[in-house]
Amino acid sequence: MLEVRNIFKTYEGSLLLNDISFTVAEGETVCLLGASGSGKSTLLRIIAGLEAPDSGLISFNGLDLTTTPPHLRDFGLVFQDYALFPHLNVNDNVAFGLKMRNVGQAEIIERVATSLELVSLTRFGTRKVIDLSGGEQQRVALARALAIRPRLLMFDEPLGALDRTLREDLLNELRMILHRTKIPAIYVTHDQEEAFTIADRVLILHEGRIIREGTPADVWVQPESAIVAGFLGLGNLLNGEVIAQSEFQTEHGAFTVKCTHTHSRGDKVHLLVRPLPNESIRVERSEPIGEHSRNAIHGIVTDVIFQQDRFKVTLENGLYVYLPEAPKKGQRISVPVKVECLA
Amino acid sequence: MESMNKLRVFAPPWLVRVSFWILPLTFLAIFFFLPLSRILALTFDISAFGPDNFRIAGSALRFTFYQAFLSTFLTLLLGLPSAYLFARYNFRGKSILRALTAVPFMLPTVVVAAGFSALLGPRGLTHALFPLSSFQFIGTLPAILIAHVFYNTTIIIRIVGIALSSLDPKLEHAARSLGADTFHVWKDVTLPLLRPSIFAATLLVFLFDFTSFGVILLLGGSQFSTIEVEIYLQAVRQLNLPAAALLAIIQLICTLIFSILYTRITSRSITQLAPRSMLIKPQTLKQKLFVTLFCILLSTFFLLPLSSLPIRSLFRLEADRGQRGKVQYGFTTDYYTELFINRRGSVFYVPPIQATLNSLGYAGATVVLSLLLGYPAAIALAKPTRLERILDPLIMLPLGSSAVMLGLGFIITYGKWLTSPWLVPFAHTLVALPFVIRTLQPAIASIPQRLRQAASSLGASPSEVWKQIDFPILRRATLAAGTFAFTISLGEFGATLLIARPEYPTVPLAIERFLSQPGGLNYGQSMAMATILMLLAMVGMLTIEKFRLPNTGEF
Repeated sequence: MLEVRNIFKTYEGSLLLNDISFTVAEGETVCLLGASGSGKSTLLRIIAGLEAPDSGLISFNGLDLTTTPPHLRDFGLVFQDYALFPHLNVNDNVAFGLKMRNVGQAEIIERVATSLELVSLTRFGTRKVIDLSGGEQQRVALARALAIRPRLLMFDEPLGALDRTLREDLLNELRMILHRTKIPAIYVTHDQEEAFTIADRVLILHEGRIIREGTPADVWVQPESAIVAGFLGLGNLLNGEVIAQSEFQTEHGAFTVKCTHTHSRGDKVHLLVRPLPNESIRVERSEPIGEHSRNAIHGIVTDVIFQQDRFKVTLENGLYVYLPEAPKKGQRISVPVKVECLA
Repeated sequence: MESMNKLRVFAPPWLVRVSFWILPLTFLAIFFFLPLSRILALTFDISAFGPDNFRIAGSALRFTFYQAFLSTFLTLLLGLPSAYLFARYNFRGKSILRALTAVPFMLPTVVVAAGFSALLGPRGLTHALFPLSSFQFIGTLPAILIAHVFYNTTIIIRIVGIALSSLDPKLEHAARSLGADTFHVWKDVTLPLLRPSIFAATLLVFLFDFTSFGVILLLGGSQFSTIEVEIYLQAVRQLNLPAAALLAIIQLICTLIFSILYTRITSRSITQLAPRSMLIKPQTLKQKLFVTLFCILLSTFFLLPLSSLPIRSLFRLEADRGQRGKVQYGFTTDYYTELFINRRGSVFYVPPIQATLNSLGYAGATVVLSLLLGYPAAIALAKPTRLERILDPLIMLPLGSSAVMLGLGFIITYGKWLTSPWLVPFAHTLVALPFVIRTLQPAIASIPQRLRQAASSLGASPSEVWKQIDFPILRRATLAAGTFAFTISLGEFGATLLIARPEYPTVPLAIERFLSQPGGLNYGQSMAMATILMLLAMVGMLTIEKFRLPNTGEF
């Protein structure tokens, strides 16, 4: 089990990682999700041993690794731009780590073949790596990391350089490989879809801190903060003020929200307006909208975008909502919505 | 080209192309290929293949390889860690230090020789400071080797350094995460990836060491006969032209082989994937030690000879002629004021100011000639047809042949005109032309046709287009190319030594002459002249750097 405890790191005077602690359990895939500059790649390099933390502890199965050089950690690492050795062919790239471990020739051949089979590149062994496509190069990089049978696999935005369909295919394959090999993994990305697909647990990194941790479903249902909700694009974020218990006033009207927080009158809060209409109430297409229609958003339609099974409807006040049928531009609508309080 | 379009109205395109080539090709035919063929013809003479000539050639060839191997090895010894230093570390004064290591490469050989003489020679600063030392430097093999290292280290720093800094640091990270320790990262990843660039740099250094002439003659003396020096000795001192021709052909074959190898290696080298700089400040004690040590080593090694020259030119350290016993030490500007006086009044003893005027005249003529010949060729090569692509290496050929060989060709072919002062600028033009073309051509090619079309669609007349678009770009390139020609002519030593008339010496020849004369005043004057020449060459270098297109025409 990997344990990361109280990691601090400053870079050129500013705090890049601020007290990071988390664990990765046996067979678990943990995803570090964050915008660029959130410090996630630096954290990965610190775990790999390519960079030293200012303070903090990295340990594996209770053994302190903080000062262990990278080549003695047995952690596999897969980069976004693959970092394949251009002077070696596919076989030699995959065999590299095994040669460093003085594995016997016969075993090298066998393990290289197994690794290449795992990533479906069986007959690519003698090809030059610079002749491969991006997806194939990434498979070689994965095979190279798998061949050493690492105690932990780390991925630094591994699919960032690939196009969408290829990314989805590789992601599913990667999920299967991780399940089959049961190697614990840390997966770094800025793409929430990717993160939610592959992760058993998601850590959201913001300005050097972990601001939310949980299973994809938990995080989705309870973002717990405006930053997380905003980063994940969960819906419209409104600034509100507490006017009474469960009553909030915003610039888009008053909302009634049951929440577990204890608020006093006048507190400033963030409200999350999920863009999905509250299915228990029908969408009202016509005026008038009276004071009585609580927990609904109103406005004139300015834009309608077709999105496969729904329409993304944007109103003139900047709010948006997903609707099953397309309203007309210029039409005034009122949509009942689910509203959550983010404290 | 605009001029091409205009010409096309009157003449068929092929005639336009021919008109571009007629001048440069005629010039090369008369002054390069004809002399070359005459040298070749001489070697078919039976007398060229005498056993004596072969003995001379054999021993010269042996020593040439010997010193070139040693020089190259020592250059690598200093150059590889320096390349690493510049490619991996950020430290204060880095750009100045790197510029300093590049200065010698463009300096005339006489300046470098005078610099080492001022530092370590019998009348130099070291001997003045430690008068008891019986240590001798000038006229030894170490002097040659050190001067070669001084000249060529910048090649290793440049070629290997560029390759090293464009190496994706992730490759090293990947290797380390796969279990490679520092040694294996170097042995199995970094070094194999650098190998082509190290080979290329080594070969280039070897080529320069192999064909080195001025350094060996001036710092080694004629007892160290490389092929180059032997060609000069046989042609000028022994008047054995067949032997000189035989040596020249051997030399030509060797350089040709090296050049082909070099082209092959450079065309095969792997272009790196993600060039991302990974410059770091030295952090650990080991890194700090390495950076400090090499900064001191490099700045000492490159600064000492370069600074000794101007210092020695301003200090009297020994008695002038006719003042034996009464020596005034100390600061003096006499050496500079003496440059304008001809004390001996002899015909062959030309006052330095006269040599300077000769040099300036030759350099001016070289600039005019090489621009005149270089421009049409550069225009044609900026957008070459398939046939013209074949002409490109042909026109660059003089670059690969040594200056001494060019001089020898002139002697053999135009011996009866050697009294004319005009042969020198022709020889200098031959040396400068490839550089001029390589400077102009990318500038001309860089002017996009669309820019001209845009200008004319905005209402600019053809002449206005030329004035607004072509001229501003070409002006800078022309200035750079002209300065190249000027600087090359000013410092040229090998060819000039063979063909210049004794009564029309250039500055390098005068320096060489004064350097070997006894007497403090003569020595001081050579120091003063070499200092001036060094400053001129440096100004030239700065001008070229400032005005030519970035990242073009390297080696």
